[in-house]
Amino acid sequence: MGSLLKKRGWIIGFILAAILFPFVSQNEYFLHILTLAFIWMIAVYGLNLLAGYTGYLSLAHAGFFAIGAYTLGLLTVKAGLNYWIALVLACFLTSAIGAVVGLVALRTREHFFAIYTLCVGYIIYLVIDKWDSLTGGVRGLIGIPAPTSVGPISFQTPLSQYYLILFFLLFTVLVMYRIIHSLTGRTFIAIRNSEDLAQTIGISTMKNKLLVFVISTFFAGLAGALYASFIRFIGPDIGYITIIFDLLTYLLVGGIGTLAGPIVGTFLIVTVSQSLQFLQDYRMLIFGPLLTLLIIFYPRGIVGAYHDWRMKSLAKKKQQLNRKQTYVHTQSTETEKKIKEG
Amino acid sequence: MDILTQQLFNGLTIGSVYSLVALGLTLVYGILHIPNFAHGALYMLGAYITLTLMLLWGVHYWIAMAVSVLVVGLLGVIMDRLVFHPLRNAPPIHDKIAAIGILLFLEAFAQLIWGADYRTMETPYGQVIDLFGMTATMQRVLINIGAIVVMILLFLFLKKTYIGSTIIAMAQNREGAHLVGINTNKVAMLTFMISGGLAAIAASLSAPINLVFPGMGHLVILKAFVIIILGGMGSVPGAILGGYILGFTESLGATYLSNDYKDIIAFLMLVVILSIKPKGLFSREGF
Repeated sequence: MGSLLKKRGWIIGFILAAILFPFVSQNEYFLHILTLAFIWMIAVYGLNLLAGYTGYLSLAHAGFFAIGAYTLGLLTVKAGLNYWIALVLACFLTSAIGAVVGLVALRTREHFFAIYTLCVGYIIYLVIDKWDSLTGGVRGLIGIPAPTSVGPISFQTPLSQYYLILFFLLFTVLVMYRIIHSLTGRTFIAIRNSEDLAQTIGISTMKNKLLVFVISTFFAGLAGALYASFIRFIGPDIGYITIIFDLLTYLLVGGIGTLAGPIVGTFLIVTVSQSLQFLQDYRMLIFGPLLTLLIIFYPRGIVGAYHDWRMKSLAKKKQQLNRKQTYVHTQSTETEKKIKEG
Repeated sequence: MDILTQQLFNGLTIGSVYSLVALGLTLVYGILHIPNFAHGALYMLGAYITLTLMLLWGVHYWIAMAVSVLVVGLLGVIMDRLVFHPLRNAPPIHDKIAAIGILLFLEAFAQLIWGADYRTMETPYGQVIDLFGMTATMQRVLINIGAIVVMILLFLFLKKTYIGSTIIAMAQNREGAHLVGINTNKVAMLTFMISGGLAAIAASLSAPINLVFPGMGHLVILKAFVIIILGGMGSVPGAILGGYILGFTESLGATYLSNDYKDIIAFLMLVVILSIKPKGLFSREGF
């Protein structure tokens, strides 16, 4: 119960900090960076559910991110659709493509899955890059509109967009929280720990894996669509392999397979790379080895390491408590003996 | 007809390079079951080292290549010792991520030292020759001959020497190899050395007909993965065969289908193969 309260405290603290941030700092640049970080967090959550909880490392998520972004961009710019309809359609189209890809990709396992999805991601990138008449090729897609207003609320200012995307992030976290703490979430974890065992106890692994893949691509598509309307310009390089590596870095630094990991990792890396702006092209000189070292020494990232540390200190405390109790116990029996003997 | 033979020769050349890269990848996979994503970075470094030696010190092409093979091979060994050895008991997802980390680092490193611009490598074998009625540069002929020689040497090494058979033994059964007294750590290091060396040879041979830049390994490594899935993960003949199949398909596809989409061919091939047979075309049965 205590830990639950504490957990809730963390969550409320995070939400309050995120809501109050614009009042504390009027700096528009910070606001922009933070909004962007929120978008990445949504995508990382999608990846986390698949790679962290189900154990399938998908390297195609940058492609799904790009599909979401391009669907929104094309529907609003070329088809002139309402923004919100386009957003919904973008998410569903991405998950529909995800379902088709997943149906085939999930027949493979482990390394084959990683390589397969890597190739799928590359095909998506190449198609976007070469399909000049539809996507504009390397020139990209310009002039994507900002979200249209809902009733009296308009989303033209950076501040309102910040809150809009924060809303979507909180929605994502809520969905993830509910999934992970449900029977379905436990099923995913069972598949990660041992697929054969899961199958033996009667879990339909294919159905569950497909479900996870579709949910995961849904959030990748949502993040992509939000990205398109926030940056207002998209090029084919948002589907390139470097993006999936970025997402993986965020996820691993924060902690793969943990609920808070995506937020911690993305926030940390985005802010650190902003202060290392002069490095820009060379930031991988630091992040590459960091990724490797983390996976060797702290495979579950910062959140995982914190967790382990907490567990260890708790266990130690318990042990000390036990020792004291047994000590008291022996003492009391000794006195009892003495009384009897006396 | 003339175009066809020319394209077949082209396919043979590309296929040789792919085969060499895929061989290194498949050897490491066979021994350690790691899909080494950093292999493309080794390929890229191999080309850069040869190029630098030739430009800075005016070293002869072949000597530069030999040095490059040694350096990249040692780099492979270091990689094994520092990263993959500590991770040998970790879940498989960790190896992949660690390899991606190395890839990112090496690429940024190359960009830091050599810059992001595209470079060309001069070759002493640039002259055009006439070969059975078709024209080709000497370098292209050299790539074919070089690749075949390396493959034969590797085959003899694996089949005829004592050290070579320890590699095969370990690929067949790691515990078994350990039990009969093979030092598995040493064999793993040796495999990484050979794998790095093969990447450096492939890169140095093909660099004069391609460009040298930090991202040059991306496409090659992806295609090498396609090849080893095509030929069966860990199978040596499969990697060679797969490399040539992909080379021919690509060069013919580029002429007769579309040059823009020629890179997609490889990936579509893989997607189709894995869709039908999720465990690869040939499941592995030793070497």
